[in-house]
Amino acid sequence: MEKMSRVTTALSSSAISGRTMFCHLDAPANAISVCRDATQVVVAGRNIFKIYALEEEQFVEKLNLRVGRKPSLNLSCADVMWHQMEENLLATAATNGAVVTWNLGKPSRNKQDQLFTEHKRTVNKVCFHPTEVYMLLSGSQDGFMKCFDLRKKESVSTFSGQSESVRDVQFSMKDYFTFAASFENGNVQLWDIRRPDRYERMFTAHTGPVFCCDWHPDDRGWLATGGRDKMVKVWDMTTNRAKEIYCVQTIASVARVKWRPERKFHLATCSMMVDHNIYVWDVRRPFIPFATFEEHKDVTTGIVWRHQHEPHFLLSGSKDSTLYQHMFKDATRPVDKANPEGLCFGLFGDLAFAAKESLISGDANRKPYPGGDRRYPIFFFKKPDPTEQFAHVSSALSVFETDLDSNRMDWFVRTAQLYLLGGKPFAELCDHNAEVARELKRPQVSTTWTMLRIMFSDPANIATSGPNHLSKLGTLPLMNSFNLKEIGSGIGNESRLERNKGDIRQDNVHLEPENISNNNEENEETEGSEGQAEYMFGDAELDDDDLYSMEHDNQTEEQECTLPQEAFQLRHDILDNPSAPEHLQQDKADSPHVSGNEAEVTCLTPIESFSLISISQPLFTPDLPASFFCPIVREMLSYYAEKGDVQMAVSALIVLGERIRKEIDDLTQEHWYTSYIDLLQRFELWNVSNEVIKLSTCGAITCLNQTSTTLHINCSNCKRPMNSRGWICDRCHQCASVCAVCHHVVKGLFVWCQGCSHGGHLEHIINWLKSSPHCPAGCGHLCIPPSRRAAPSLATPDSAGPPLPRSADADHKQGRAVNPKKKSGQRESQRDERAVRLHEVLT
Amino acid sequence: MDAQDQETLGRWDGLASRDTSSRTAAMEHIRQEVLSKVEAIGPEPTSSPSPSPSPCLSPASGSPARSDLNAVLAHLLMLTKRCPFEDVRERCVRLLQTVQDLGVRIPRPLGNGPSRFIPEKEILQVSKVDTRTQSIFEDAFAALGRLDNISLVMGFHPQYLESFLRTQHYLLQMDGPLSLHYRHYIGIMAAARHQCSYLVNLHVNDFLQVGGDPKWLNGLDGAPRKLQQLGELNKILAHRPWLLTKEHIEGLLKAEEHSWSLAELIHAVVLLTHYHSLASFTFGCGIMPEIHCDGGHTFRPPSVGHYCVCDIANGNNHHDSPFGSQEVCGGEVEVLMERMKQLQECRDDEEASQEEMATRFEREKTESMLVVTAEDEEWVPSRDISRHFEDPSYGYKDFSRRGEHVPTFRVQDYSWEDHGYSLVNRLYPDVGQMLDEKFQMAYNLTYNTMATHKDVDTSMLRRAIWNYIHCMFGIRYDDYDYGEINQLLDRSFKIYIKTMVCSPEKTTKRMYESFWRQFQHSEKVHVNLLLMEARMQAELLYALRAITRYMT
Repeated sequence: MEKMSRVTTALSSSAISGRTMFCHLDAPANAISVCRDATQVVVAGRNIFKIYALEEEQFVEKLNLRVGRKPSLNLSCADVMWHQMEENLLATAATNGAVVTWNLGKPSRNKQDQLFTEHKRTVNKVCFHPTEVYMLLSGSQDGFMKCFDLRKKESVSTFSGQSESVRDVQFSMKDYFTFAASFENGNVQLWDIRRPDRYERMFTAHTGPVFCCDWHPDDRGWLATGGRDKMVKVWDMTTNRAKEIYCVQTIASVARVKWRPERKFHLATCSMMVDHNIYVWDVRRPFIPFATFEEHKDVTTGIVWRHQHEPHFLLSGSKDSTLYQHMFKDATRPVDKANPEGLCFGLFGDLAFAAKESLISGDANRKPYPGGDRRYPIFFFKKPDPTEQFAHVSSALSVFETDLDSNRMDWFVRTAQLYLLGGKPFAELCDHNAEVARELKRPQVSTTWTMLRIMFSDPANIATSGPNHLSKLGTLPLMNSFNLKEIGSGIGNESRLERNKGDIRQDNVHLEPENISNNNEENEETEGSEGQAEYMFGDAELDDDDLYSMEHDNQTEEQECTLPQEAFQLRHDILDNPSAPEHLQQDKADSPHVSGNEAEVTCLTPIESFSLISISQPLFTPDLPASFFCPIVREMLSYYAEKGDVQMAVSALIVLGERIRKEIDDLTQEHWYTSYIDLLQRFELWNVSNEVIKLSTCGAITCLNQTSTTLHINCSNCKRPMNSRGWICDRCHQCASVCAVCHHVVKGLFVWCQGCSHGGHLEHIINWLKSSPHCPAGCGHLCIPPSRRAAPSLATPDSAGPPLPRSADADHKQGRAVNPKKKSGQRESQRDERAVRLHEVLT
Repeated sequence: MDAQDQETLGRWDGLASRDTSSRTAAMEHIRQEVLSKVEAIGPEPTSSPSPSPSPCLSPASGSPARSDLNAVLAHLLMLTKRCPFEDVRERCVRLLQTVQDLGVRIPRPLGNGPSRFIPEKEILQVSKVDTRTQSIFEDAFAALGRLDNISLVMGFHPQYLESFLRTQHYLLQMDGPLSLHYRHYIGIMAAARHQCSYLVNLHVNDFLQVGGDPKWLNGLDGAPRKLQQLGELNKILAHRPWLLTKEHIEGLLKAEEHSWSLAELIHAVVLLTHYHSLASFTFGCGIMPEIHCDGGHTFRPPSVGHYCVCDIANGNNHHDSPFGSQEVCGGEVEVLMERMKQLQECRDDEEASQEEMATRFEREKTESMLVVTAEDEEWVPSRDISRHFEDPSYGYKDFSRRGEHVPTFRVQDYSWEDHGYSLVNRLYPDVGQMLDEKFQMAYNLTYNTMATHKDVDTSMLRRAIWNYIHCMFGIRYDDYDYGEINQLLDRSFKIYIKTMVCSPEKTTKRMYESFWRQFQHSEKVHVNLLLMEARMQAELLYALRAITRYMT
């Protein structure tokens, strides 16, 4: 230690300076080493062995040690080390197994001093003792380590690792007698130099070879190891068992590791393959390098800190035949480029968001929340460490939970099933659909249907069927993605609970000009008042429970009341995405007999509200031609489609049929249809999707039904394709489709369970399954899983109950029973093309 | 026949189950099916013993139904010999007997045992193996529905076999960048390069089974453009891997819509090298065609007068056991051991000069040129293999020809352990690890025996073999004294090695017998494993180095 301090003083007298610079070498470098006073560097490789002086502005070649007419393999260096005590002494490890020492003080051109050829295989590493002048250690591919006394002609002791290939040997900084050796099989051994018979300690550090190790310079008993498994590990060797205290995962195998001087937690690494950069890591921050040097064009083979007390200069040699001096101030700091924001959806729709603390704190709306409760954002702060030079980044993590119910798509499924798209007069269809929407608490959609009816029906009909249907519209939000448990989490995601006077009265019988103008004004008023009406949810005056209860209250009230109501409006926008459609929600709580002729519409999002009424206002006459509304309806449909409710767009399109079809270009229609069909199929609503396909007027869509109408069937016995008839196999002459109930051949509709592949006559199976959930074939398969058993009957067209008869019917008519998405995954047992998919019922 | 094999394959699946009852059920199913087929065809007039013109290869080429049945019977025959489950073997024997009793001609295996070179009695019997090998066999059988001859021969070294099968299974059947039929097709391409009909047949069947397009099998022209481009790489890798440059790699990776991704390329390269070296092993051990494949069985009754080529080529009729010529070269093993001992002791004393060492490598390289491989004498392609590759004249050319100087590959600059492994593992996860284990297994495998001697350290010999093969590919170890090779490997052995590694299709039984006469067959198989792995590593090193160069 005395010597160390002397070195320090030496340093202070002649401080190192320099800049980032490089020089071309003639050949790829394998290793580099610096002399004690940091003024010269030696570069060694297969075809190079030179000493360069480190000057202020450049490298200057001082000496070429590779002399001789025909250089021998002894000069093909795998490693080189400059003695840290004796500045004229160097050692190299040759690929042919020789260990060579060099004395720069020799007067002759050839500076070779000693040659040891004791190793049988390539020597991977040489290492001088840090304080002892004549002690040299080598580690070789043959599994041996040898200690040489340079005053003698041969090694003084040989250490056998009892395993293959020593990859690195390093004398400890702490203990005079200890050295560490790393091996190709993943082990690290500690040896006492005085005891060549047996290692002191051994542990497995990595899977696969340990390419390098380095003792911490500040004699802390820390050993860093790097391996082919792409990890850098820091071990505490002071305890009884080597304990892994830090682990850094890099992106490529680690070829060299070197602790950074004067920085307790920093180390530099470089890789052997693929990755050419040099990284400096703070071992406490293993996820992102503290600094990166990206100058090299090929893999870096040697790195060394220029001076053992100077952390700002790093030297490196590379296969690209360059030697670099890197200044720390010129390093790239990956952390500056890293994206501090993160966003992730959970399995159940929860959303986690992490962002810079500074971004969040800028949002005045954020309120502190008690920790621990996981409904609230969790904040992680790192205590700023004065010694740490990491850019101070602290981010806040917010977790938004979604309520399972709110995210459900039940309404979609129900709507799809209940809507009537054809087969009845237009007005009835509209009324029916409006009713469906109303029951599902989708007032806006309901209103839309009603309006469509009004616009396109003969005015005479309106009065008769109109008023009954526009009433008591639910107050539930349409599609709230999140239930706003954590608001004000600081993403700038301001969530508001808006409380609006829901005095919405709309007259649907006679839209008289003044009412409409009224309406229009009202609209604007509401818009203006929106700000006043909003409450900050963050005040915590409303919990989600409150929310629920309030909704409940509303509903109950609604059902009995006849007076205008207050309704709660929920809105949740994501600020980052201002163009995202907002939910338009209309609250209506009005009963027809009270509302009379007044019409008031409250729109929370006026931009997207119905421009319909305002526009139509000056021109309206009772016998306005239906075509007059077309532009508006078109806009309306586009609006729904844009908003994501393609269901509405397509349903309305189908119901309106010729009335609107020409107004919308075919491509858009096709786009809507395909989106809707895709959605329906995702929800396994095959029948609805079929109906939509059938009713569509779009050529590209209707032809969907003409594709893949063939079903290939394999015989259940011999597993071969059945060609001619569906029920008997040509090859094995056996009947393939036998009813599991009556044991007769099924020639018509065949229904089967996709779980066990058994099936039979449609009627028989239906009857059977009414009495037993198990497979009629006796295979033991539970064809109706317990979850479905509760469903009352097979015949209800409910999502929970199987729409079997309809299914059979529809599929039969369409001749298209197989969902293309499922087809590939199914077993070979696709049968009759008219087969009915019990699947829809049973799974 | 292939198409039918493909269809009927489903029925064999059940036999691979480890569960006895499901095997029984599957067997029963097969039984009924076979019997119904037999009935459908009706008994054959057994009275006409006159064999059809080409009985050896096209069994009873009658109606399609008949050939279909024959295929099934051949498969059954294979099962009687190769199924690791005793119950299945027994039932198959009984079933065949039943069929024969019904008056239908049943096939018999051609040749004895899995190898032409090794007498059947020397090779492990499927019925008599220890539990470990048994379980390896069962696994292999479950994975492929067969236990091929290669596995049986490798059964001498179960540790290695396990590692080999695991790797092969992963390469062919597990997750990987290439689709299944591509993998088999690449296997076919690689094996065809060495005209290895055994592997080609095996993989043609597999290729069709996984739904490959039969049109591709008409030749590389029928295959997609992407695979055609691989032809060049295949050719170079198989014969002169040192000529591989990063331009080749670039050509594959940047070919517009037909280009390969890096991961796909690595997968393809591993497959190619695997099958090149496996072809070496196949020829080196004289692997016989599978019993159920073409050329593995015949429906012709055995008769004294008709000797089939295969029967003669199959050395089992000859009774000159490898020990027969023991006196002639008595003490061969002892001499070898003595030399090893000397080398061990003397190496420190007479340290050769550096120049000497350098020239020794050159000399070995040059001498390997002079080792002339014997001319082909009996190779008859049973399937037109040449259509799977182009440019048949392209073959191994000695590494160090005058005129075209290729720099020596220094293993210290690019080694499997340091560089190759990392690259493979990066682009095709887990495979690097498997290959690494396989290489190590092959390199380190030893029983410390040599012929009849025990407790011998064979590491020196193994290293000499390994390095000699790498030397033929121009790969040099700085730390190896190539003089050792001359001491340890005699001429006949060198001829064998060179033939097997460079042009395996020319390997003959005579070559196999003429080296290391006193050694056991298992030791010769061991040598073959070493040769195979060393060759694979050599090819891989060149390919991976080219890829690395492309990437940097």
